[in-house]
Amino acid sequence: MTRADLIAVLPEALLALFALTALMWGAFGGKDRIARPLLYATAAMLALLALWIGSAGGGASTAFGGMFVNDAFARFAKVTILVAAAAVLVMGEDFLARRDLLRFEYPVLVALAVLGMMMMVSAGDLMALYMGLELQSLALYVIAAMRRDSLKSTEAGLKYFVLGALASGLLLYGASLTYGYAGTTTFAGILAAVRDSTLPLGLLFGLVFLVAGLAFKVSAVPFHMWTPDVYEGAPTPVTAFFATAPKVGAMALFARLLHDAFGPAGHDWGQIVAFLAVASMFLGAVAAIGQRDIKRLMAYSSIGHMGFALVGLAAGSATGVQAMLVYLAIYVTMNVGVFAFILSMERDGRHVTDIASLSLLARAEPTAALALLILLFSLAGVPPLVGFFAKYGVLVAAVQADMVWLALAGVIASVIGAFYYLRIVYLMYFGQEGEGLDGAMSWSQRALLVAAAAVMLVGVVNLFGIEGPAAAAAAALVR
Amino acid sequence: MDELLREYLPILVFLAVAVGLGLVLMLSAAVIAVRNPDPEKVSTYECGFNAFDDARMRFDVRFYLVSILFIIFDLEVAFLFPWAVAFGDLSATAFWSMMVFLVVLTVGFAYEWKKGALEWD
Repeated sequence: MTRADLIAVLPEALLALFALTALMWGAFGGKDRIARPLLYATAAMLALLALWIGSAGGGASTAFGGMFVNDAFARFAKVTILVAAAAVLVMGEDFLARRDLLRFEYPVLVALAVLGMMMMVSAGDLMALYMGLELQSLALYVIAAMRRDSLKSTEAGLKYFVLGALASGLLLYGASLTYGYAGTTTFAGILAAVRDSTLPLGLLFGLVFLVAGLAFKVSAVPFHMWTPDVYEGAPTPVTAFFATAPKVGAMALFARLLHDAFGPAGHDWGQIVAFLAVASMFLGAVAAIGQRDIKRLMAYSSIGHMGFALVGLAAGSATGVQAMLVYLAIYVTMNVGVFAFILSMERDGRHVTDIASLSLLARAEPTAALALLILLFSLAGVPPLVGFFAKYGVLVAAVQADMVWLALAGVIASVIGAFYYLRIVYLMYFGQEGEGLDGAMSWSQRALLVAAAAVMLVGVVNLFGIEGPAAAAAAALVR
Repeated sequence: MDELLREYLPILVFLAVAVGLGLVLMLSAAVIAVRNPDPEKVSTYECGFNAFDDARMRFDVRFYLVSILFIIFDLEVAFLFPWAVAFGDLSATAFWSMMVFLVVLTVGFAYEWKKGALEWD
């Protein structure tokens, strides 16, 4: 191990050190009194790391014998993850504090989950992949069950844990088959084995199991069953976290594994990913129509959006990966905004999540309703907004890869899916008189909601220039 | 071939002793032991629980904590053992990797201790 190895993992090492120190400080020092400062310190730490990684230039480097890859792709994904996690931490603080859920373990667990995601997107070996994935998943299982005395929260945590363990098992089985037939666990070695000849049957099986395990983590149909229940049961700030950073981490890992390790077999995995994409888009669009709970609705919405991101991956080209990364960044921004609003939904001091309570929100809260309207239109992919360009990017990538049918399916699913976003807008502006909301938004929730909506409008000009870094990231991955 | 077989002779002897000793112990219990059965003696032993009962019963979560602790330290020893055996030939990297591992483990243990997870009452 040389100095260069340690410098390559310095951001991750610092975050790990931070999490351990924070845990000890919490246990021996202030207990839950320090939860609030610790939460803001963690958010600041994540934001600083994002700034650092984002400004660090340079090409690709590997460390620890190829186990850890630090390239433009990893950096793009890491910055998205870190910013999303910091935003979600800050906007959930008020919610947690008022419900007596603000324990000092929460920011520590979020920091550890983010550390796992950073390891995932930088993985250059099946071993490193699994380690990052498990660090992330175990931290997420715990925070899903954070509200210990609530039946729904513990059920969400247990369900997520059991199904997550099943997915990890599938992934491990695939990894062991891949190791058996490729003779190595490094992505470079697997790439060499795949390139030599047509894919041996054993490697194909390994690939299918690996894809199934990862499809679970990105909640792609038919491995999506856990998503609505976990989203509904987990405390809302945790749901907001689930819907943002881990999705980016898992999708980036998906792309890294398929391109870095199985790149030449694109014809084989392209059709699997295309199937996952079509199934996710349609199920996300159709199943959300019947939902009356906004957290469940956002769960199906996230399934649908992951389907669109998978369209970019299915294209199997650098353009596709670039479109996928842009899609993820936009998706995360929209979800942060929408969840900032959901966190503030309250009646008589109790958190409510039924959609009917949004009736005539425009009269009581005109700014919030307008911001939410913009975000929902953007989620639906209505043209002048940024969400449209995200969808446009992945569909163009599919057409360029001669997958016109896939692009057509995406358009149809997006039209079906628009219905349920528009129904919320209808309720907000023309709904019936009923029990409305009476909670006030905290400054951070209001700021993030308005900022996300503003991004959806202003970003139309040049998408804040993220296309350049995304193209560089895609070029680093697809060679 | 003979040479090879001779090398495995101790294993054969070991197997014979194992089987023989097992037979002797079981047979002697059958022949010379005092027989005085009662329901408690013949029931299946399962520490503190009825052996046949509804699976959905409540039990103390601290059993679970203790078993988790056991697994953690069991794994720690499993990692430490080969490391300790090869200690003389270790590089500085190998030494410090294990130290980092132990520190991380100790932090988790200290947290659990401080949280009172080890106190039974």
